[in-house]
Amino acid sequence: MAKTEFEKSILSRPVYGEFEPMTGKAHLFIADSEGAGAILDLAKSAPKGFFDIAHIIYIPKDSDWKYVPSLEALGAKQLYVGPSFEAAITRIQRVLLDASNGLQIYLSGTEGLMGRAMLEATNIGYPYSAIQTEHRGSKARRMQCVHCKGVTEGVTTDPFECSHCGLNLFVRDHYSRRLAAFQGVCVDAEDPGNVPDKVEIT
Amino acid sequence: MSSGAAKIAVKVTEVIEVNDLVKRFKFERADGGQMPTFSGGAHTVVEMDDHGTRRLNPYSLMSSPQNRSAFTISVRRDDEGRGGSLYMHNHVKVGMEMTISNPVNLFSLDLRARKHLMIAGGIGITPFLAQIAQLDSSNGSFELHYSVRSKNLASYADELTSAHPNDVNIYHDDQGEAIDIENLLDGQPLGTYLYVCGPKGMIEWVRKSASDAGWPREAVHYEEFLTPEPGKPFEVKLAVSNKVIQVGETQSLLEAIEAAGVDAPYLCRGGACGMCETEVIGYDGQFIHNDHWLDDEEHSSGKKIMPCVSRFEGKTLVLDR
Repeated sequence: MAKTEFEKSILSRPVYGEFEPMTGKAHLFIADSEGAGAILDLAKSAPKGFFDIAHIIYIPKDSDWKYVPSLEALGAKQLYVGPSFEAAITRIQRVLLDASNGLQIYLSGTEGLMGRAMLEATNIGYPYSAIQTEHRGSKARRMQCVHCKGVTEGVTTDPFECSHCGLNLFVRDHYSRRLAAFQGVCVDAEDPGNVPDKVEIT
Repeated sequence: MSSGAAKIAVKVTEVIEVNDLVKRFKFERADGGQMPTFSGGAHTVVEMDDHGTRRLNPYSLMSSPQNRSAFTISVRRDDEGRGGSLYMHNHVKVGMEMTISNPVNLFSLDLRARKHLMIAGGIGITPFLAQIAQLDSSNGSFELHYSVRSKNLASYADELTSAHPNDVNIYHDDQGEAIDIENLLDGQPLGTYLYVCGPKGMIEWVRKSASDAGWPREAVHYEEFLTPEPGKPFEVKLAVSNKVIQVGETQSLLEAIEAAGVDAPYLCRGGACGMCETEVIGYDGQFIHNDHWLDDEEHSSGKKIMPCVSRFEGKTLVLDR
């Protein structure tokens, strides 16, 4: 599966690129599900020895373990495969805290994974614009309800019900890097119960 | 003239000889009020009436941003320069009334950083003095590496080392000491931002070393005030004001425009801020671009010029001004 194309939207909406091998002292990959494909594709053009200084943190999610043997074959210095972002977060924080400038960061997979991993990097001062991203797989979004502030992961329809307060929320392209989430706004505030039909997020 | 940042009428309240090359000047408001606030790395443009020649030179503010009673700057005497620093050294005395601009910052600290790594060469130390004062008040983490010619010319090195013995490193050229940039960059914690102010060669060397070591471009900040290079006199037509002006050998294009009574925008007067960018309507000749605002493509396009530092050689130049 190749990188995802999104329709052009407002400036706030994050845009994702395509991995390019960078020169650096070390490489950190954080990916989920189909995001493994971006790492494997990068490997085709990466210079010899590139993965000798790479650390891959991979969360297979719905892709099961189908990419894991190929990732193992890259011969990265470290490969961690874990059940969820939550399970990996302390590892990610530790890796970033111990890393020095010259580390190159590559994030791939779903928007929720890339956004949350980017937040961890920017929390310790790394400039977000220096981080490479490549979207692969599900277009599900991590949404914050602007009313109750609760975050709903993996939203695939617009509108959707807030998993915290139950309001019907319209899926906006307005994104917060501080929260690593898109904003969801009540769709039937003026006319309660008048909720548009759900459509798949594209 | 209304261009540039807002003006402040000041009185010189202190002139101190720091060493053979550097003098420090203190400015207080003529009306006794408070100075505007600024952040470390800001500069002010000092206006000088040098016996009929109007000079406007940018100098970094070195005083603490916490101190609103006065601004201080340090000026290194440049005997070969166009005369601004010589005027400051030879003619500016305590009690004199002068005009300076509101502070403008093109070299501010990026406060997202986990740590600030500062590299200074010579008089390039001045913006760091204000930045370090700013970081002191917020417990910001920094490391300063300061390269000087000799102990005698090491402006403010003693003050810095006694206040921050663990964070300040001085390198004396005459003792063969030099910054080991590769080692210095290696192992700096992720989220360290790099700042460099000093001679052109030093800035290029530090930026290249950082780029080779894989530092993000966004984490590397530099400031270099260019002074307008002298050159062959040339003629310019200002289309909007319908004037033909002559640019003298030691005059900048911007200064010649101003001398003709045309109000042109400016801020830094050193090729960095982009404020004076001017459209070229027509030309027959060659541009001598000296700024680091326009990119290479714009430089070769023949469509834009930064009149504060860049010149022209040839038959005709028509500007949209």
